[in-house]
Amino acid sequence: MGLNLIVLVKQVPDTQNITGNAMKEDGTVNRSALPAIFNPEDLHALEAALTIRESVPDSRVHVLTMGPPSAVQVLKDSLYRGADFVALISDRRFAAADTLATSYALKCAIEKIGAYDIVLCGRQAIDGDTAQVGPQTAEKLGINQITCVSEIVELDADKRTITARRSIEGGFEKVRSALPVLLTITDESYPPRPPSAIKMMTYKNATTEMSSGDFDETYLTSGAELKAENTITLWDINAINADPDSCGLPGSPTKVKNIDMVVLKSEEIRMIENTEEAIGGMVHELVADHTLG
Amino acid sequence: MAAKNSVMVFVQQDDGKVAEVSIELISKARELANRVKSKVTAVLVGSGIRKAAESLIPYGVDHLYTVDHKGLAHYTPVPYTRVLTDVIKKYAPQIVLYGATTTGRDIAPRIASALRVGLTADCTDLQIGDYQSKGQTYQNVLYQIRPAFGGNIIATIVSPERKPQMATVREGVMKMSDPDPSFKGEVIEEKVELKPEDFPSEIVERVKQEKLVNLKGAQIIVSGGIGVGSKETFQLIHQLAHALGGEVGASRAAVDAGYVSKDHQVGQTGTTVRPRLYIACGISGSVQHRAGMDESARIIAINTDPEAPIFQIANYGIVGDLKEVIPRFIKAFRAKA
Ligand SMILES: Cc1cc2nc3c(=O)[nH]c(=O)nc-3n(C[C@H](O)[C@H](O)[C@H](O)COP(=O)(O)OP(=O)(O)OC[C@H]3O[C@@H](n4cnc5c(N)ncnc54)[C@H](O)[C@@H]3O)c2cc1C
Repeated sequence: MGLNLIVLVKQVPDTQNITGNAMKEDGTVNRSALPAIFNPEDLHALEAALTIRESVPDSRVHVLTMGPPSAVQVLKDSLYRGADFVALISDRRFAAADTLATSYALKCAIEKIGAYDIVLCGRQAIDGDTAQVGPQTAEKLGINQITCVSEIVELDADKRTITARRSIEGGFEKVRSALPVLLTITDESYPPRPPSAIKMMTYKNATTEMSSGDFDETYLTSGAELKAENTITLWDINAINADPDSCGLPGSPTKVKNIDMVVLKSEEIRMIENTEEAIGGMVHELVADHTLG
Repeated sequence: MAAKNSVMVFVQQDDGKVAEVSIELISKARELANRVKSKVTAVLVGSGIRKAAESLIPYGVDHLYTVDHKGLAHYTPVPYTRVLTDVIKKYAPQIVLYGATTTGRDIAPRIASALRVGLTADCTDLQIGDYQSKGQTYQNVLYQIRPAFGGNIIATIVSPERKPQMATVREGVMKMSDPDPSFKGEVIEEKVELKPEDFPSEIVERVKQEKLVNLKGAQIIVSGGIGVGSKETFQLIHQLAHALGGEVGASRAAVDAGYVSKDHQVGQTGTTVRPRLYIACGISGSVQHRAGMDESARIIAINTDPEAPIFQIANYGIVGDLKEVIPRFIKAFRAKA
């Protein structure tokens, strides 16, 4: 029997390539000037799911993202790479969600899909680097987790067990778990496959379709082909039966008190000439005050 | 007597050996607890941990709760979350701190999710202060301070409305205090009932090497960046470190270029260090690198570019080619010492 795989992905500003013009005059980062990209480790999670689908016949790869309407881009990208089903979880009431509120919305969406065996996500997103949403979602679903997974070593779909190698400080661990389980994937393996040209042709004009509560749950078992013109499902707060008090700002216990730019502390600096004499003088000073020696 | 409203630390252990970061956090918790006039509590989960528990009291733990169970010898998420959540519910601390290690970052979000409280990841500083919101003032709130956005900004996060306030804290950023053998604290054993279904994970293999590089403990660190130019030239960094009795550090660019192994990386995604002396050779001083070394007592920067940002945090600056400067440095040191 095939496995139902759910991949959680996020669209993020590309914080890894902050260039001059992404900085404002006051030295702060101009978020909107940064290109929006598929969170790098989430691409590895998607690749891991696609790899599982190749080894376990009749498996399906579902991709979920929570975000503004522009986040459909990562869903399209997922379709180009081979996802079977994608859904955008979007509602103004999800805005300003911290990791707790995000994991709650994702949990509601996962339960909407219904039957699942493995939930995968990237270890962390590069805009926040928190690595919290995966474990928080697992706890809300009441399932086990294996974080920082670099490789799925063994997957027994009949016995419903998985063994994964995870990175720990100074080494690794191989952990076996029963299904269902949530895995967070690092960028150490599963290099993402490129988008397929044929799929790009098929899906480039894919539109989002609102689906409020009328999601056909039987599709998971029916295995029916999805229609190209209705490929991106849109779920709002009602569609996933989420409690508004647990979503967005009201559902977020953490608040940003303030943000500071990283400022260089202006210590007194002594410039030392690049000569034997001057360097000797500096060394002498450092020996005298016990910094060296 | 139960101590409600304490500052609590999750003590991480493996094979009965307590992680250094947990002792750093106990030291910090002591400071925070004194500030908010409460107690320091800690939770140690494992198997055969009585000795380890007692060794922690002198760092200033008032109440140390232990959960001793064969199945808990090694960390796995589900049973540890159950146990910790129960202890937190029972003793209702106001703050809970975890090391931002693989284990801390695995368990803390699960607990936050179960208790529906806030959690801030990978903090580099913690402070106590007031917080105003919607005409209301919250007193003695935990300021959870962390770099964000690839290290380009520093955010102060608070979670004033729900207790406990929780944070994972980076290894090496809090100072470990000296133990006080006369400190009076109590070890309290907690009972747990765990069923086989509480253990969905089984560790089938585990390979762990002690770190060969001890950056955190080093008093003197000589670091090389991409400006070193080649693996061969990086020998100069090793030579200077060796001459001064220090460790070798590196920027990520130098690690990525293969000059030296990842264990040597200093910075946001490497090790945080605070040595007596840090010598940066051919390192520009990116925010991510500085995040790991700007607390060093003294900094010497050696760089060909007089405009390199590293000079802005250095105490001594030498504008010049490291291939000339380092041999002069070694020669001068040999002559003086
Ligand atoms: C999310 C994230 C996390 C990161 N984490 C880290 C981290 O933990 N640690 C880290 O270090 N970086 C980290 N980085 C990378 C960081 O942004 C920089 O790219 C990196 O620190 C640059 O390394 P560098 O100073 O060696 O190289 P460069 O910035 O290229 O600087 C090289 C310097 O060498 C000087 N130089 C050249 N030749 C010579 C010579 N012959 N003699 C003397 N000087 C010379 C040049 O003038 C220049 O200043 C991170 C980046 C991101 C986005």
